[in-house]
Amino acid sequence: MDTLLNRYRNITVLLLVILAQLVLLAYQVKNNSDVRLIRFWAVTAVTPLARTIEGLRGGTDGFLQNYVLLRDTRSENQRMRSELGRLKLENQFLKTELATADRVKALEAFETRTPSKMIAARVIGTATGASASAVFVDRGSAAGVEKGMAVVTPDGIVGKVLAAYPTASQVLLATDPTFAAGVVSQKNHVRGILKGLGHGNCRVDYLQNEEKVDTGEWFYTSGDDRIFPKGLPAGQVIAARPGNPFQDVTVDPSGLAGGLEEVLIVLQGVHQDIPELKTAAAPLYMAPPLKEGQTEPSPATSPAAPGHPPVLTTDADKIREHYQQVGAAQGHKFGENLPGSKPADFNYQPKPGENVSVTAKPGLEGEKRIVGDEGTAGPDSPSPPRPRPAGEQKTPVSRPKTVTPDKPAAPPQ
Amino acid sequence: MRYSDDRVILHNQRDTQISRFKAWVLFLVPLAAILFQVYVPLFFQFLAYLELPLIVTVYFALMRRSPIGGLLVGALVGLAQDSLSKNPLGMFGITKTIIGYVAASVGMRLDVDHPMIRLILGFLFFVFHQFIFWALSRGLLGQQMNFETQRTLVLGLLNAIVAVSLFHFLDKLKERT
Repeated sequence: MDTLLNRYRNITVLLLVILAQLVLLAYQVKNNSDVRLIRFWAVTAVTPLARTIEGLRGGTDGFLQNYVLLRDTRSENQRMRSELGRLKLENQFLKTELATADRVKALEAFETRTPSKMIAARVIGTATGASASAVFVDRGSAAGVEKGMAVVTPDGIVGKVLAAYPTASQVLLATDPTFAAGVVSQKNHVRGILKGLGHGNCRVDYLQNEEKVDTGEWFYTSGDDRIFPKGLPAGQVIAARPGNPFQDVTVDPSGLAGGLEEVLIVLQGVHQDIPELKTAAAPLYMAPPLKEGQTEPSPATSPAAPGHPPVLTTDADKIREHYQQVGAAQGHKFGENLPGSKPADFNYQPKPGENVSVTAKPGLEGEKRIVGDEGTAGPDSPSPPRPRPAGEQKTPVSRPKTVTPDKPAAPPQ
Repeated sequence: MRYSDDRVILHNQRDTQISRFKAWVLFLVPLAAILFQVYVPLFFQFLAYLELPLIVTVYFALMRRSPIGGLLVGALVGLAQDSLSKNPLGMFGITKTIIGYVAASVGMRLDVDHPMIRLILGFLFFVFHQFIFWALSRGLLGQQMNFETQRTLVLGLLNAIVAVSLFHFLDKLKERT
């Protein structure tokens, strides 16, 4: 037995080590939990080192810029040129400072105008792995950060907190293939799921081919995922093609554009409205709102209010009105007489006291109906019943009666 | 440095020369490789495609020529990498365990001081590493990932070139016998 073990010692150890890790993996997958202790120690060990390196880098950078380069410049150039070089360096430094201040100011402004409670954090490292789409930020559970919290910038969503450690947190970026967030388009209000592609862009899944998505259209968070508050920009559509079975929509995530240095972690999300799309079309006239206590539009804005003569504004309307009165006074129905019948006398002048009224059909703006004493004119007047097909329902359907100011409708029996 | 240009395959045990390293080298070099991958891509994003922990694992496994030593180095480096990644613990661990074992086994049969052998091994081990990781992701975690062959081959070549240079540097850290 010993000889056998010695002979296969290497492969035995290999299998044991793999088996142990498989058990570890199976435990995590089955319980959907993490072996937090190992990660805790690893992150706690690496974070101070990363901070130290960052501090050293900043210090070295400052030392090089403020001392070595400056001295070299003095030694190589004349006084004026060295002065110019120094000023240029200072200028560059101040520009960098200004850019940093601008970013911080933008973060502050965004934090102020957004109802959600947020905390600012700085990116201090990336996760390991060639295709890793995760970063470490310098705020952890000590600052109130918890797993699953949304991470954003003023430009858009960045990702979500994957794990929170005391001094740092790991953030899964929106470009990671395992990332998902509910989004809605700004223009057509189409809902979908934003997913990472593993590189710079994302896609929006589950959009039917019939749903309209335009290139350049913005997607905002819908709040459906209960991670990102509604109304945060997610990205802009750069390509939308019909696919099988869903549309193939590619989105450029706006929160990750231009590098990632400072982010905001949403501690308490508050949903916001999705901003209205401002179009460049001509302004649309809207009538003034109803005054308090007024239930109907004023006659000036209603062309054919019951009991009021319609407001005629063009010559064509006046001619049409005149002909309708002439036809009504002579019992002539326009468009319904047989060929060869006697036309209306258009020279006839209706007397001022003659009982001729003009009503408008509700819902059809501009279409007016003349109702005389006979009450037979107009498109709604009773017409001969059409032949009923054999299978059609035989229950009589009551037709609405024409109501005029002169003939009030009979009460229902 | 002289390389055995005409002897690529080692024929007997006497040809096999085990390299030894000081303890701090065995500790600090993998740590530096992991820190590199955590920190440097922040400023140079393209360097995220370098798998320095893999290169270091392959180097120590090849040079130590001990399968058990190789797989232990691979397991430790892989688990450390796992603990700083978003993957469940064990994904990189299993992958690099296998890589460490295979690399040490190969190191016993090939003259791994030859730069061309190092280049080829660096390339092959990177592709192998990516394939195992992809297979584990699909098989154990059920992730629907695509194996991007073209990208993997290009990155494999890039990592192999870096591996040859890095191996040359790490050779200087070997204990002189």
